[in-house]
Amino acid sequence: MEVISFLADGILLALEPVNFALIIIGVTVGLFIGAMPGLGSVNGVAILLPITFLVPPNSAIIFLAAIYYGAMYGGAISSVTLGIPGASTAVATTFDGRPLALQGRASLALVTAALASFVGGTVANVLFTLFAPVLASTALSFGPPEIFALMLLAFATFVGLGGDDIPKTVFSICLGLVLAAVGFDTISGEPRLVLFEIDGFMRGIGFIVLAIGVYGIGEMLWTIEQTRGEVTTTNPKMTVKGMASDAKEAMQRGWKGTWIGSLIGFFVGILPAAGATPGSLMSYGVAKMLSKTPEEYGNGSPDGVAAPEAANNSASTGSMLPMLTLGIPGSPTTAILLGGMVIWGLTPGPRLFLDETEFVWGLIGSFYISNIAALVINLAFIPLFVWMLRMPFTILAPLIFVLSIIGGFAASRSMHDLWLIVIFGMAAFFLRKFDYPLAPAVLAIVLGPIAEPTLRQSLLLSSGDPMIFFNRPIAGPITIIAIILILLPGIKLLRRKRAMAKN
Amino acid sequence: MRQGEISLVGLLALFSLYLMWKSTELPIGYIRGQGPGGGFWPFWLALGMLLSCLASAWNWWRGLSPASRSDEPLMDAFGWRTLLYVGGSVVVFVALISIVSMYGAVAAFLFYYLRFLGRHSWFLTLTISILLPIGLFFFFEAVMLISMPQGMSFTQPFFDLMYDIIY
Repeated sequence: MEVISFLADGILLALEPVNFALIIIGVTVGLFIGAMPGLGSVNGVAILLPITFLVPPNSAIIFLAAIYYGAMYGGAISSVTLGIPGASTAVATTFDGRPLALQGRASLALVTAALASFVGGTVANVLFTLFAPVLASTALSFGPPEIFALMLLAFATFVGLGGDDIPKTVFSICLGLVLAAVGFDTISGEPRLVLFEIDGFMRGIGFIVLAIGVYGIGEMLWTIEQTRGEVTTTNPKMTVKGMASDAKEAMQRGWKGTWIGSLIGFFVGILPAAGATPGSLMSYGVAKMLSKTPEEYGNGSPDGVAAPEAANNSASTGSMLPMLTLGIPGSPTTAILLGGMVIWGLTPGPRLFLDETEFVWGLIGSFYISNIAALVINLAFIPLFVWMLRMPFTILAPLIFVLSIIGGFAASRSMHDLWLIVIFGMAAFFLRKFDYPLAPAVLAIVLGPIAEPTLRQSLLLSSGDPMIFFNRPIAGPITIIAIILILLPGIKLLRRKRAMAKN
Repeated sequence: MRQGEISLVGLLALFSLYLMWKSTELPIGYIRGQGPGGGFWPFWLALGMLLSCLASAWNWWRGLSPASRSDEPLMDAFGWRTLLYVGGSVVVFVALISIVSMYGAVAAFLFYYLRFLGRHSWFLTLTISILLPIGLFFFFEAVMLISMPQGMSFTQPFFDLMYDIIY
């Protein structure tokens, strides 16, 4: 009962005129920042942090959390309409969102993403409210072996994502992980893999550089070459009745992915250093694995849009949990929020719930309001985003190239990275010609910086004994499941061959 | 396509070998008291890349991949032209940034693409090529506070004028 009373006070605080106005502005700004290729919630929160010093801490954190929420909704927009993930959290949304847009069903993809995000956010809010302290202590028991086992599980799902050509999928994963290792060895601090002795590589290769190269430049070249410049597949019609019918279809064909994403996203989100990207990827993989029609995934399945979108919203709420209760950020965005809290004179940690009750519950209350505001604002803007697809392709294509290049620079501020985007784009075009799956490489470059240090720390803990991944109660089962998943395509192939030999 | 696939596999295998060699600049084994060396992770992953290439070559030899069974050329004349006109224009776009600034390069690229590849009217071409870079300027420089490359010194009067409007 006490929780409900605190929550009611928090919601009332979030509904105060100033706070409510900040939620509306924050969600709208976040939606547009999230929709820009190269810019995500982390950029929005970082850039607008100084503005929040003008208002009290309660209002400030509510505003920043609203931006975070809006950006999570917005990431899906560029994934669907442009085929470029707005942020790493929306990579998996591209897999089915883009095919739906190319079939002239962008509205269905966007409505599915909005509804799934809403459900994901709501489920996470309820779980957050009810189980905050208990879940925080569970997440704290995850050490490097458990986190590496989770990463291994994520890579195992890549093998399933890559289609039938397993060697090419494995190549793609390894390439993404090696590219993530370029720059400096974070443990010894020594330069590593400075390719061709070019100094620019000392800064490493960011996820966004590869993602924009592959999905911005490479994808556009591929589309123009394949369609011989006559792209006619995107001609969506938008009416209120059509959107209502899309909403009905989204609920019928996307409910399973929504629930899978909502639950997996939250639990992955609360793990320190994991965040929404692995959550959305794992949700996509699990939804595909549990689906009765896995062949629809990658070809425009509403479940394939719903699972990652529900997961990234759920995880963004989840990642606030270790930040508030333990003072450990669950994602880069929450790391900035944590910095803001320190500047506002608050001390994140277990005592925050006791000492700053109004602040904490005001924030939790704002999650509920922001989630509703984000759904309404997002649905209201869908016709605008779909309108973009009605533009002639000879206008849309150069706009996508421009957004890719300017967004790439905004994210990295480096000409070296712009050249890399062009090189990756050209390479992606040729690799795709020979059926190399590129999504696993993009996802691997995101997870590489988490996977490598946790592997090395685990091996250091065990004095080099890899059994540490098998004999711990949480890491063991996860590792075994991951290995089974990696071996599964090979086993399937053997069984198919045996069956063919019998016949 | 058949010849193209094995050539690509060969190139990727060479790149994998290069990455393995580069990784050995740092220790690739286990160092007592310090854990795996800095080259450990990339070395074994690059080896994974090399083994994947060998498996792909094996699949190619047995004719298991679609490309290995195809006698069609990699691309026809249209494909190569597309790559040259579109891909080449993106390369020129990026090269122009250091000379005429990001916004100048955006304007030039849009003008080229809309007018010469898209064959749109002069009115539409000029409207988009002029208004979009100005809109992007206000979004990035005024709202997001992100400074884009300003090119060579001759672009400065333009930036002075625009900054006067913002501040």
